[in-house]
Amino acid sequence: MGIRVDRERCVGAGMCALTAPDVFTQDDDGFSEMLPDRPAVTDSHPLVREAARACPVGAVSLTDN
Amino acid sequence: MTEPTTEPARQDRAFTGTATEPTPAPPFPQDRECPYHPPTGYASLRAQGPLSRVTLFDGRPVWAVTGHALARRLLADPRLSTDRTHPGFPIPAERFTQTRQRRVALLGVDDPEHNAQRRKLIPSFSVKRIAALRPQIQETVDGLLDAMERQGPPSELVADFALPVPSTVICALLGVPYADHAFFEGCSRRLLCGPTASDVDGARIELEEYLGALIDRKRAEPGEGLLDELIHRDHPDGPVGREDLVSFALILLVAGHETTANMISLGTFTLLRHPGQLAALRSGETTTAAVVEELLRFLSIAEGLQRLAAEDIEVDGTTIRKGEGVFFSTSLINRDADVFDHPETLDWDRSARHHLAFGFGVHQCLGQNLARTELDIALRTLFERLPDLRLAVPADEIRHKPGDTIQGLLELPVAW
Repeated sequence: MGIRVDRERCVGAGMCALTAPDVFTQDDDGFSEMLPDRPAVTDSHPLVREAARACPVGAVSLTDN
Repeated sequence: MTEPTTEPARQDRAFTGTATEPTPAPPFPQDRECPYHPPTGYASLRAQGPLSRVTLFDGRPVWAVTGHALARRLLADPRLSTDRTHPGFPIPAERFTQTRQRRVALLGVDDPEHNAQRRKLIPSFSVKRIAALRPQIQETVDGLLDAMERQGPPSELVADFALPVPSTVICALLGVPYADHAFFEGCSRRLLCGPTASDVDGARIELEEYLGALIDRKRAEPGEGLLDELIHRDHPDGPVGREDLVSFALILLVAGHETTANMISLGTFTLLRHPGQLAALRSGETTTAAVVEELLRFLSIAEGLQRLAAEDIEVDGTTIRKGEGVFFSTSLINRDADVFDHPETLDWDRSARHHLAFGFGVHQCLGQNLARTELDIALRTLFERLPDLRLAVPADEIRHKPGDTIQGLLELPVAW
């Protein structure tokens, strides 16, 4: 499963970093980014889907590959 | 504690351009009977599905959104405007009539202008930046509890704790002298609660003058804080103008302390009224983070978020017409049984994270992680330090705020 973060859409609410802090963080400007040492994200990761759903602007999306 | 009125919609003063109402639409907003439950008069709205008609104070019919899925969809819809200067923008009470004459930064501005404003402020509210404030917030909380203990019970928790915690924190964050807190707390109260339109407008003018003078001083003598950063940092699209700085400072100062103060006082009251749930917090069976998230859902203090339809919007066979007002009843949205099992129960074990207490879409609360952190430290430390905390008067004597403003308690007498 892949993750995409649309930084143009991001409004810095921080919901992804709050929900799945081992996968997402915020850069110095407050925008979402993925941690370089994040664990491999599979369907079994309990919080990545939650993080995508929690994003208020749909900036986090999950892909099949 | 006013009983909900049952007066039917006044058709003679209906907003022009809307269809006649088939059934009387209940008044909105209504006062809560219990400070932590939605008004009983909203039960009929819930029964009508996620979108129904309600009537404002002046007889104008508007839409009320009460369903969670529809609220997520519409709060993210750019066709719903938040421009409060529009003459048709719906207001919940007569005292806000004059606020249409002035622009409100962030929450009163649509994209793309809103996005440009928000981007200047996002770095100061990131999860990391807020986490770095923890020691300072803890010190503030400890100091206030020290003072309460020195003075001994009883104490009025709103004035002695719930208000000064966020007030001190937002002052430090912005770079506003805390010595002036009594002044701006009074102004904020009048800005939100009036009671008259001239109270609201007068409070805004006083706050703008105060913040304008503060910003002028900071331009000459840089200090530490978000306002100083905004003044002296290089922005990609040029420096922030004085008017914008005043507008940012005003909204952050007011939003930064009123909301959190209400959550601390009403959250404490709610915990004291739910001894089983409080015991789970005290024994460590649950985390304070889970308690905070569920209290945010359960209390939904920012009730009745307002929008104006800038275009026709089709909603499952119904049309919200251009020019019509839309209110989001967060207390009903956050108790939607399709999303939250047994929504009337205060349950630390549920996943409460998808509540819309901070709104949704591009306007979702910028300071939500600051609020979570303050609530986490304030509630945990309060019940650790004062394990015998209890109400000093019967619960039904504690007065709460009317339905047309941010929900919370007017006072909370406690002993320990």
